[in-house]
Amino acid sequence: MITTSGLTKVYRSRGRDVTALDGVDLHVREGEVYGVIGQSGAGKSSLIRCVNLLERPTSGTVTVDGQDLTALAGRGPRAGKELRQARSRIGMVFQHFNLLSSRTVQDNVELPLEILGKSGKERSRKALGLLDLVGLADKAKAYPAQLSGGQKQRVGIARALAGDPKVLLSDEATSALDPETTRSILQLLRDLNQQLGLTVLLITHEMDVVKAVCDSAALMEKGRIVESGTVSELLATPGSELAAALFPVSGERTGADRTVLDVTFHGEAATQPVISQLSRTYNIDISILGAAIDTVGGLQIGRMRLELPGRYEDNVVPIGFLREQGLQIDVVGQEAVLVKEGAK
Amino acid sequence: MTWSEMQPLLSQACSETFDMVFWSTLIAVAAGLPLGLLLVLTDRGGLLQNIVANKVIGQIVNVGRSLPFIILMVALMSFTRWVTGTTIGTAAAVVPLAIGGIPFFARLVETSVREVDHGLVEAVQAMGGNTWTIVRKVLVPESLPSLIAGTTTTVIALIGYSAMAGTVGGGGLGDLAVRYGYQRFETELMWITVAVLAVAISLIQFAGDFAARALHSRGGRSGPAPKLRLLKAKEPDAAGVGKAA
Repeated sequence: MITTSGLTKVYRSRGRDVTALDGVDLHVREGEVYGVIGQSGAGKSSLIRCVNLLERPTSGTVTVDGQDLTALAGRGPRAGKELRQARSRIGMVFQHFNLLSSRTVQDNVELPLEILGKSGKERSRKALGLLDLVGLADKAKAYPAQLSGGQKQRVGIARALAGDPKVLLSDEATSALDPETTRSILQLLRDLNQQLGLTVLLITHEMDVVKAVCDSAALMEKGRIVESGTVSELLATPGSELAAALFPVSGERTGADRTVLDVTFHGEAATQPVISQLSRTYNIDISILGAAIDTVGGLQIGRMRLELPGRYEDNVVPIGFLREQGLQIDVVGQEAVLVKEGAK
Repeated sequence: MTWSEMQPLLSQACSETFDMVFWSTLIAVAAGLPLGLLLVLTDRGGLLQNIVANKVIGQIVNVGRSLPFIILMVALMSFTRWVTGTTIGTAAAVVPLAIGGIPFFARLVETSVREVDHGLVEAVQAMGGNTWTIVRKVLVPESLPSLIAGTTTTVIALIGYSAMAGTVGGGGLGDLAVRYGYQRFETELMWITVAVLAVAISLIQFAGDFAARALHSRGGRSGPAPKLRLLKAKEPDAAGVGKAA
């Protein structure tokens, strides 16, 4: 639904070039919620703004719903008619809501419809319907200043949906909200994704957001996508930073000559009594340092951190046994610890 | 001089001042608004970025702003004659007043419009709005309270200028104060003129503040409405002609 290829954005300021995007290839499938996560300055914001060409990419292409937007952009800084039409079919919600304070809630939702040239009656019918959808039917005549942050973002979402978009871009939509409100806004996005078949591309710096709503995710660092895939693919990738950050298990090594393993269970493997088998077969004592079961992207996942006596070299055979059982094993070493800190 | 002698003089002067200020404000707002918007839009990073045009407009506005009004008035005489056919009278005074008011208001518009959150512009761009839509639906409505405050400031400045325009045949309260108060030592009439101006300016200020506040506090928006800082600087200007007597 959204494809970027070789997307590069270089900002020029005071004679210095700053590369915000460095050849980003992103592929968002129709009907999925795709999260791009990264620290501030990683280029997430440039990426999402390049998707509807609020920001002109220096090179590379952006295709949304089969339409090459970069080809529509023209050369000048101003958006031509075709690009403006394409934009009207892409909804966008913002971190700071960006509602017009001089208009009522209903008039804010009607604004995109005014731009599309809809009649007054049609506008008000549509706007009231959307406000009902986001649960704010009673606030139609209020001004944005009278609403709470979560309510403002609901208005922002209703407004973004006014043009019947197939794609919704969310630029840190929950970053200015408290955890409770964040959950309800994410739930709303999830519902809209499922009810309307809306494709959602969201950027965030909060791992919880990805965990709560995303089908797929990408990790951005220094303008590049360093990891991407569906959540289950990521969790099945040994050494995945995103997987480790999405589903952290804690527990410190108790001594120097110990081997620490992160065991990930999903599907069939989750029901096997592998730990007691391991203990009996190899006659080793296993300590469990930490364990958790969680739902990530709608999948039940279990993770356990085990400690085996002896160094890694002494435990090659038992680790092989675990892998044979279809479990995903990550040996926790120096490198993995660093990765975890980096993803915070 | 008795009140019955003064009264017709005063009422005529008031109506002349009103005419001058009303028409020149109308023209200054009508021309200054687009000019101020252009100053913002053509600036670096603006929607219609055009550095050359921006510099040219900025320079014209600066010259218009910095020129003392009395010099502008004299310099514009031939232009005034071309427009109104005369350089004397209320209609002729409107020409330099309007031309003096345009850059004054344009700068105020520029400041007001610059304060509109860029995120709102971006939101409308993301909806597919063009530049004209952004001007009409975002920049002007969102800065309206501030624009109204700017209009109030402009009206008061133009009352001050109109007193000067009066001395070269425009008529009005300034002219009255100079001719009777200064040249004929009618101190009483001069003080009445000062009082009338002070009351008029206070009323305009009050009405302007009220309108700006009403719009600003729509929806219970917190924080005070923009204050008019230029008032204090301009008030002695308006009364200055009278005090010279």
